[in-house]
Amino acid sequence: MSYEFLQNYWWCLVALLGGLLVALMFVQGANLHLGNKSLSDVQKRMILNSTGRKWELTFTTLVTFGGAFFASFPLFYSTSFGGAYWVWVLLLVTFVFQAVAYEFQNKKGNLLGVKGFRIALMCNGVLAPFLVGTAVGTFFTGSDFSVNKLALLDKSAPVISVWGNNWHGLEALCQCHAVLLGVTLVFLTVILGALYVMNNVDDKEIVAKMHRTVKICCVPFLVCFLSWAVLLLLRQGYAVAEDGSLFMEPNKYWHNLIQMPAVAVMLLAGVVLVLVSIWKGAFTGSRKGIWFAMPGTVLVVMSVFFLAGFNGTAYYPSCTDLQSSLTIRNSSSSYFTLMVMSCVSLLIPFVLAYIAYAWHAMDKKKITREEIEGEQHKY
Amino acid sequence: MDVVIWSRIQFAMTAAYHWLFVPLTLGLALVMAVMETLYVVKKDEFWKKAAQFWIKLFAINFAVGIATGIILEFEFGTNWSNYSWFVGDMFGAPLAIEGILAFFMEATFFAVMFFGWNKVSKKFHLASTWLTGIGATISAYWILVANGWMQNPVGTTFNPDTVRSEMASAAAFWEVITNPVAVSKFCHAVTSGWVTGGIFVTGVSAWYLLKGREKEFAKKSMLIGALVGLLGSACVMLTGDSSGVHAAEFQPMKLAAAEGLEDGGRGAAFTIVPGIKVPKMLSILATHDPNGFVPGINDIINGYTDNEGNVIPSVADKMAMGREALAALAVYRGTEDPEAKAEALAVLNDNVQYMGYGHLEKPEDVIPPVGVVFWAFRLMIGIGMLVALVLLLCAYCVWKDKLGKCNWLLRAAIICIPLAYICGQCGWIVAEVGRQPWTIQGLLPVNVAISSLGAGAVKTTFFVFLAVFALFLAIEIRIMIRAIKKGPEVESIEA
Repeated sequence: MSYEFLQNYWWCLVALLGGLLVALMFVQGANLHLGNKSLSDVQKRMILNSTGRKWELTFTTLVTFGGAFFASFPLFYSTSFGGAYWVWVLLLVTFVFQAVAYEFQNKKGNLLGVKGFRIALMCNGVLAPFLVGTAVGTFFTGSDFSVNKLALLDKSAPVISVWGNNWHGLEALCQCHAVLLGVTLVFLTVILGALYVMNNVDDKEIVAKMHRTVKICCVPFLVCFLSWAVLLLLRQGYAVAEDGSLFMEPNKYWHNLIQMPAVAVMLLAGVVLVLVSIWKGAFTGSRKGIWFAMPGTVLVVMSVFFLAGFNGTAYYPSCTDLQSSLTIRNSSSSYFTLMVMSCVSLLIPFVLAYIAYAWHAMDKKKITREEIEGEQHKY
Repeated sequence: MDVVIWSRIQFAMTAAYHWLFVPLTLGLALVMAVMETLYVVKKDEFWKKAAQFWIKLFAINFAVGIATGIILEFEFGTNWSNYSWFVGDMFGAPLAIEGILAFFMEATFFAVMFFGWNKVSKKFHLASTWLTGIGATISAYWILVANGWMQNPVGTTFNPDTVRSEMASAAAFWEVITNPVAVSKFCHAVTSGWVTGGIFVTGVSAWYLLKGREKEFAKKSMLIGALVGLLGSACVMLTGDSSGVHAAEFQPMKLAAAEGLEDGGRGAAFTIVPGIKVPKMLSILATHDPNGFVPGINDIINGYTDNEGNVIPSVADKMAMGREALAALAVYRGTEDPEAKAEALAVLNDNVQYMGYGHLEKPEDVIPPVGVVFWAFRLMIGIGMLVALVLLLCAYCVWKDKLGKCNWLLRAAIICIPLAYICGQCGWIVAEVGRQPWTIQGLLPVNVAISSLGAGAVKTTFFVFLAVFALFLAIEIRIMIRAIKKGPEVESIEA
């Protein structure tokens, strides 16, 4: 196997993990209903227990996404995490609160009260998709950093990747195009959450409200997503010349789309699946929309990653020092590391299989009011 | 204080806090899996209720462990940016594999274990309980492979073109995952978790017995807890021995600091506490030879000849060679002339093993804080032996049904719960403070491993995390105590 093949293979895996992460963020979207005043406390607990059986999968996917990026593209990890410091720390804090909120919120003596932990879950519900979306948005808008490997020799300032401003990532909030992707992801996860809950919970009132949620959120979601996509195809992009140098190319991402027809088909298929799920969730009585929405989301996110990184494109561009931009070729691990990890990655289908089996076994019986009011283990 | 110090303090706090939750996860997982197995095999509802009680406590503890784990992973990038690039090739791989192989197993089967009592079959549930614990243990293995590599960086080679340490070959990965330091660390840390879990179950059971509550449950739990703890203690002692040998071989400065040994020599004595020494004992522990040479701090600074006859250069010489390597790297990267490049590469290759020393200011920089390491080491051993003794007595008394007359022992078992935590923390202080100033032994000191951040930014996040951790710890302890006071609700079955 060639080095290039392994680099591309790992970009595909990172994209897959990114796609799974966004699809599993139905947890975040559904948790926003914990602040829905039209739901009773029991209904909120039904939703809480429904997402409570899945939140660890989302969390674990985030951790593995981070780990996979670290291992396969360490220069991205060191540049983005060490540079866009505040964005990642903020994301961390919301996830840390989420991790304990399930277990602690309905226990006496929890200091913050039920309300405190529910607010924490809702903050995570908004901020997690928003920050992840905005961070991925900067894959196209660029960030303010420079990379100089010889800095290691300079004792007074030995850091290889240096961020160009003291906002350390928060400046992305001024990049409308990146922010638009963050907002898109918030609406998408709300839709995913509603589709998941209507499938997983047995309560007519909740199901009706979830149908309504999809109906309300589909318009802003589609407007945001389409505007983001159109702006993407119109903007100039960060292209890699044959000698490895970087240059700006007008309509780069449009070119990527037409020069990689497989990615275009993938994107289209993903969009169609998401649209079908929205139609099912908003305009028919079907509760199975989630089974279209999740694979659709995975396909769309993967194609976005492919547009960002393949076809001679810098996936993490520097808008202030063009030649410091990160590409799949200049930021990856060495041949042997990618090779060894690729062998381990062959176990991924096995992991997915046991997750699917356990998911199926646990969700055969929908969550009912009786279960929440009963004596069994619950959050 | 500068950004290096704040980054170190923040990472140390996160790691120490994470280790408050991990050992109980590892130990309790074994206890509850054994109990549930008894339920499935004996078909006795008592064991189901017992397992459910410990699973409830496990879940309270598990959540915070997960929360702190993710911070640790992210902090490698956020606060140790240069480190992430320099060794991402070596260090990232076990982390990614940990995610794929262990975290998903833990996450998936924890949900089945916690919610699945009435949803899946008995055997599937039992398998899930075991797999949750096995997932946690596999996770410990991979993270300790990563940590072990930082202590003893095997299978790597420096690439001047990419300016980082890379995996030398596919076979090198085998060296990384069978690194003797990693293997003994894994065994030492996991089995120390069994001790923590064991003493936790023993101590909580002792509390019930002192209160005259849940007697049958408490006695049976205590027996299992004490046996798991004892098994753990035995393994911890055995692997502690190999950890000592590895420290002597790969990190002699850590051993010298742990012993407060300024000047070493042959037939070195082991200091129990200052003023009380066991002749030749340190040589026996470190080299398995009563006359083996153990270098002291001054020997390492000034250079010495080891037991195999190898001449180890002084730190000043290593620093000189390290600087030559760094200078050669600058030339190599700065010139297009093939001859000059080849020449620089040759110099670099001759000195590359000491390149990390080139970043140091003075030879004394290689000495870790001796007092902290020395006392942490003694506390670890002392408390570890005390806990093992209490576990042994508890196991004996509960077996012979003599606990009724031993209220002092029950009280001792309760006191041993916090002591076991202090013991675990001391162990990590020895391991991590003892290897300062290195993030990766001999390759990369902490002062060049950092991110390009202001000290103020890291200071802010340190206090944010400190506040969050303190809050979570307070909540966790309150909820845990309430759950224990409420009890396992097995009285009806006992009656």
